[in-house]
Amino acid sequence: MKLVIINYGAGNIKSIQFAFKRLGVDAILSNNPEEIKAADKVIFPGVGEANSAMKMLRASGLDALIPTLKQPVLGICLGMQLMCKSSEEGNTKGLSIFNVAIKRFSNAVKVPQMGWNTISDLKSPLFKDIKEDAFMYLVHSFYAEACIEQIATTNYEFNYASALQKDNFYGVQFHPEKSSVVGEQILKNFLAL
Amino acid sequence: MTDMLTKRIIPCLDIKNGRTVKGVNFVDLRDAGDPVELAKQYALKGADELVFLDISATLEGRKTMHDMVLKVAEHVNIPFTVGGGISSIEDVDALLKCGADKISINSSAVKRPELVNELANKFGSQCVVVAIDAKNVDGNWIVHLAGGTIPTKLNLFDWAKEVEQRGAGEILFTSMDNDGTKDGFANDALAKLSEELNIPIIASGGAGTIQHFVDTFKKGKADAALAASVFHFGEIPISELKEALKENNIAVRL
Repeated sequence: MKLVIINYGAGNIKSIQFAFKRLGVDAILSNNPEEIKAADKVIFPGVGEANSAMKMLRASGLDALIPTLKQPVLGICLGMQLMCKSSEEGNTKGLSIFNVAIKRFSNAVKVPQMGWNTISDLKSPLFKDIKEDAFMYLVHSFYAEACIEQIATTNYEFNYASALQKDNFYGVQFHPEKSSVVGEQILKNFLAL
Repeated sequence: MTDMLTKRIIPCLDIKNGRTVKGVNFVDLRDAGDPVELAKQYALKGADELVFLDISATLEGRKTMHDMVLKVAEHVNIPFTVGGGISSIEDVDALLKCGADKISINSSAVKRPELVNELANKFGSQCVVVAIDAKNVDGNWIVHLAGGTIPTKLNLFDWAKEVEQRGAGEILFTSMDNDGTKDGFANDALAKLSEELNIPIIASGGAGTIQHFVDTFKKGKADAALAASVFHFGEIPISELKEALKENNIAVRL
């Protein structure tokens, strides 16, 4: 199993690397296109601001590479958001793998949403053996609207898509690497895809 | 489906020279002074997050914090915040690279409020917790530094709003009047903070009974509650606390 975590300068990749290590998989951190292409599985992480993260992706040419990948790719948090069409954060154009826009929660709720919330309406092998309404850890101010590509929903202010899938591309808004044993099961499921 | 973000229970561990300091009474621990062992136990018992507060007085002591953060990130599968002695972008960068999820700043923000903007811009608001210690002085909540010993001119609510404006992602409010009393949290001030701000508020200081947690979520409108000794000495088992919160119709992760 060759697992590559795309290392483009955005976010806390150490936690993701450690989470896979706890599952017995040594992930490689890389921004090398050849190495990423040759991987069995790819993690696309991201924490921080969308526009500056997108700039870092473009600077390394990875914005062109990622949508062409054929192996299973898992975007986490901002990684998922960048795989979408656009984001209201910094008025950012995304990779358009998922045909959905990223918007900001209104001030009717506390922003960021920070903490544990449930994931429901689960439909993907990514959620094999995961119970409906399982708790996941989330930290985000922007969300993907409910859409045809959603494979999980979460309710905060309203129902939104907390996980997406199209072909070999998967995206999760929550942090499986920080979501206790349930999160670890999701990472295991991804490795088994 | 549950339609609510759950309230968080957060044990706080004081760390000195890489070891937990407050006496910890966990029977099933090989080494109660080892922050990693303790953190793993708390994660198993249902803690939602952890806070590690570095109270080392020396530079050498602080350096051991990086090793500790790295080990915690390696072995613990829930989020954690690191605080104590953080005063620059470089400090934060190093801790986040070791795997901390959030950092908390306190006196360094009071001394130089621009630090909050700089950290939020560079790392994102989601990882910037501003800790505020305050005392009620003749009806006015005054921000204090150095564990409540040094008063500032800042009003709690004004300061909290200012750091929110500057990009703080969360407020950790400790009432120095309540801290250590085991008499309950400062729920009036907490409720006011929660109403006036639009970022999550962590209640700290005063936890003694399960009812205190119920009250701080209901009356204090807190988003999370932090405590140390009631958890470390096993006075309130986290699983029991969460069951009780659920019985009181407070959303928790079970």
